[in-house]
Amino acid sequence: MPKITFPRMGESYRAFKMLLEDLGNEVVVPPRPSKRTLDLGIRYAPEFACFPLKILMGTYLETIEMGADTIVTTGGVGPCRAGEYAMLHHKILKDLGHDIKMIVFEPPRLHPVNFIKNLWALNKSGVSIRGVVAHIRRAWRKLQAMDKAEQLSHVMRPREINRGDTTRVYRKVLGWIDQAYSFEQIIEAESAAMEALGSISQDSKRIILKVGIVGEIYVLLEPASNLEVEETLGNLGVEVERSMFLTGWAKDNTWSETTERLTVKEAASPYLPELVGGHGRDSIGNTILYAKRGFDGIIQLAPFTCIPEIVARTILPRVSKDHDIAVLTFFLDEQTGKAGMTTRLEAFVDLLRRKKLFGRGAEPLTG
Amino acid sequence: MTVKVGIPNALLYYLYYPLWQAFFNEIGVQVVTSGKTTKDILNKGVREALADACVPVKLFFGHIMEIKDHVDYLYIPRVVCVNRKTVYCPKFLGLPDMIRHSVTGIPPIIDVRMDTRQGHFALLKAYLEIGKLLGASKISVFQAYQKANRVLGRYNNLLRNGWNPHEAMSLLSKPGAVLEKPPNLGLKFAVLGYPYNIYDSFISVNLLEKLRRLGVGVLTAENISPISLVLQKNCGLPKRLFWTFSDLALKAAHFLFKRGMVDGVLHLTAFGCGPDSLLNKFIEFEAKKHRNIPFMTLMIDEQTGEAGISTRLEAFVDMVKRRKEALACQK
Repeated sequence: MPKITFPRMGESYRAFKMLLEDLGNEVVVPPRPSKRTLDLGIRYAPEFACFPLKILMGTYLETIEMGADTIVTTGGVGPCRAGEYAMLHHKILKDLGHDIKMIVFEPPRLHPVNFIKNLWALNKSGVSIRGVVAHIRRAWRKLQAMDKAEQLSHVMRPREINRGDTTRVYRKVLGWIDQAYSFEQIIEAESAAMEALGSISQDSKRIILKVGIVGEIYVLLEPASNLEVEETLGNLGVEVERSMFLTGWAKDNTWSETTERLTVKEAASPYLPELVGGHGRDSIGNTILYAKRGFDGIIQLAPFTCIPEIVARTILPRVSKDHDIAVLTFFLDEQTGKAGMTTRLEAFVDLLRRKKLFGRGAEPLTG
Repeated sequence: MTVKVGIPNALLYYLYYPLWQAFFNEIGVQVVTSGKTTKDILNKGVREALADACVPVKLFFGHIMEIKDHVDYLYIPRVVCVNRKTVYCPKFLGLPDMIRHSVTGIPPIIDVRMDTRQGHFALLKAYLEIGKLLGASKISVFQAYQKANRVLGRYNNLLRNGWNPHEAMSLLSKPGAVLEKPPNLGLKFAVLGYPYNIYDSFISVNLLEKLRRLGVGVLTAENISPISLVLQKNCGLPKRLFWTFSDLALKAAHFLFKRGMVDGVLHLTAFGCGPDSLLNKFIEFEAKKHRNIPFMTLMIDEQTGEAGISTRLEAFVDMVKRRKEALACQK
């Protein structure tokens, strides 16, 4: 029986594992990207490929060691490079002598036949169409539950009294959601998770800064690739709102465009009316939306050499000036060190805090 | 006083300047170019553009800085797609916006969108829009467009006949002139890569001239007839490369490797170029299949030194020469 693996993106692997197992596949769960993953990735991937490609290259090689022989991944229609990565990975793996089957999901709106064919190939235990739909809906619900828990953890972390409580509780509730199988169980696990996270003891008097995170989807969603920027910020007393979650993004790109997305597009259009691929336009649109909602600052995360984000980064200084909002950009790659990043974040947060306090006038500076 | 439109000598200049020049002249507009790349232009570009951008984009910024004070309009069309299949690099798509929002004190930008996927007459419509902006009548724009297209056709013919863009442009402007054909040299190399890197003699550190001096004839993707390239289909990949120049370069590589027309293949790439990270690997895979044709990648950036490139080129040429002689002896 083929052993299936897929790219790892944050915690989403729990839902994908459940879905693939429901369809009767044996799943090799991709391990969390580590130093070794990166070493493997940069050894075999092109030097200027972006960071996600290198991490995935390493992940694939690790899962192949663990016995995987089929990779399920996504395609795309450009102009972002990510759409071609599946075929590059396939070629490199073949060149290394690994005979791997690649199942590439293209956007179903444009390639419906490809979508059905791939689904058919993955449906090993011959589940009926209605069954497949039910399985997908359940996996989707699980993704939503996990996204919700993560969102709440971002709100709780800066307010927690005992440092580390939120992360501990968040780890625990993820386990609950992971255990849940039926639709009812997932909903139950979700509400239990929300309650557990909500009951973390917090300091309501703290002055909390709000920072929006924009940028490229992979480095936003995989904490191992952004060096846990959200946790670091949370510990610095910053409430983080990320512009992208897997469930929201998948909806935009597979089925229909949500209304929220349209406003992002509209917000960005005075600065960048063209779709430049990836999430370049979203980065600009979301920055403007966050500024309008009164956020204190924006952090842009992008892989080194990411073309759409370079376009966005070139335009962002003007947006920052026009909307009076601070923007800090990180281009991430295998050389980025956690200490350097933390220092920059601390300085950024200090500046934001000062700006906020002086704006209010009365309160004295501390620390 | 006639209106002056500035066209920077960068990026698409090398493929479309004859068309643009003919078009603007025909509707009574003066065209101003920024001239050859110089150290000063490069420095300006490096200062203005984002550090993470690639050299060609930095150069584009530099050329803009060079002409922005001497013209009434800057012509930076948003060229998305001209063959209904492939698009240009995302940096091209966002080019007018990048310039508008990061360079201060620039004249109005003519940034019409050109995307043939929107219909057969999309290009004509784009030019009509330009004409309207510059106050030219529809009929004169139409005539200018037709004439400009004929000029482009002649220009492309010259390229197919083995001239490089600079030679072809001077042949176009002086119809009677006879240029000396490069002597038939012993070796022939293909130089693959993007026109704006290969033909910009400053940033490519005079690559073409250097090869000529080493006794090597040069073939580029622009010298190959489009039909031979189209026949390469998707080069054995499940999907074509998304970007026009990369797609062409990969097809040219496949064509040349298969035909064995050249003694060596050079890929010129810019540091940090996004599409090239894939293209280079795919060419490398193809080169592995054809071990009789040596392949080398040359990377350029704003710090590339003359000596380093020369040494590598000399070594590569020597190696190819020796190999060829050895093979001749074996026979």
